[in-house]
Amino acid sequence: MKKRVASPIVLLGSRLLSPYIMLFGLYVIFHGHYSPGGGFQGGTLLAASLLLIRISSGRRISRIQFSDYLTTPLAVIGVLIYFGTGLTALLAGGYFLDYGQLPIPGLDAPDLRYWGILIIELGIGLTVMAVLVSIFDDMIRGED
Amino acid sequence: MKNFIQFFLIICFTGLLLFAAMDLPYRGEAGNQMNRETSITGTEVPGNYYVQEAYNDAHTNNMVTVVLGDYRSVDTLGEQIVIFTAGMICFLLLRKHEEEEE
Amino acid sequence: MVDFVLGHYAYWFTIILLAIGLYGMLIKDNLVKKTIGLSIFQTGVILFFVSIASKWGATVPVKSDEFPVTEVANYMNPLPHTLMLTAIVVGVATLGVAFALLITIYNRYETLNEQELLEKIQ
Repeated sequence: MKKRVASPIVLLGSRLLSPYIMLFGLYVIFHGHYSPGGGFQGGTLLAASLLLIRISSGRRISRIQFSDYLTTPLAVIGVLIYFGTGLTALLAGGYFLDYGQLPIPGLDAPDLRYWGILIIELGIGLTVMAVLVSIFDDMIRGED
Repeated sequence: MKNFIQFFLIICFTGLLLFAAMDLPYRGEAGNQMNRETSITGTEVPGNYYVQEAYNDAHTNNMVTVVLGDYRSVDTLGEQIVIFTAGMICFLLLRKHEEEEE
Repeated sequence: MVDFVLGHYAYWFTIILLAIGLYGMLIKDNLVKKTIGLSIFQTGVILFFVSIASKWGATVPVKSDEFPVTEVANYMNPLPHTLMLTAIVVGVATLGVAFALLITIYNRYETLNEQELLEKIQ
């Protein structure tokens, strides 16, 4: 790849913008029960905030923020969160992915489903974020 | 000549789509097949259940989230594995090239 | 006639998108442009699904106290929205796979033009 000179103005602008995009992504994931949103959209927004820093600053600075060795383990963790939630419900006596049987004490079935949906949305968001960042990293690596 | 055939194909495809769109109902009318409460055979469509019972089942206001995460959760697990597999394919394709060069 | 055209307007835009996508896939020689055409074609399909899910006089499928959920006509059908929600993200991921394949092809054959590629493969 050609050596690029990072523009300080672009870097400053994206540094200003990136945390707000990340915060909005978290808001979209956690507020997905009450407004349009959820794991897919929030994960894409989180990936957008990470990619903004990656594009504007180059590889050395962005590696401090989010190392490219982290992407594959995070994607695996996201899939395992989803699958583990289903398996926990299966082991607790229900069907696969039947959140009404999750072993959290003190909650009735609708509230358990509420929390189950929140957990799997977190898993989806983690996987989508990690995979989008990892695709970008692989392309940068394949270019040079 | 080859370009001519391709343009002809595109025009045929567009004409076919226009012809099919003539018979479609107006967008958003309540009497459309998509918005009816019973299917052609007279049974209730799943959309009724989704709208009426989503809040009682999961105490969640957003019905799309309930359908995505609860009623069709196995489908969503499949989609997530597709995304994960796509990431792994990129990883394997582009890393192999790097090793060959060294 | 005016009523007919205005009533179907979402379908006309869908058809325009599908035609542009097919044009990109058939006429263009560059493989990247073909992939962009594929993506536009997919966008047309997604727009079609979302537009047939709309209903006049109904609100988005988020429960609010003003509209009772016992009346189904108050809310749009949430199923097409759910399907397209996943289809968009999966589309982005598969687009990434397509570009990874293109990068591999370029590293090996040094070209992305279809005709030159066919000559080099033979």
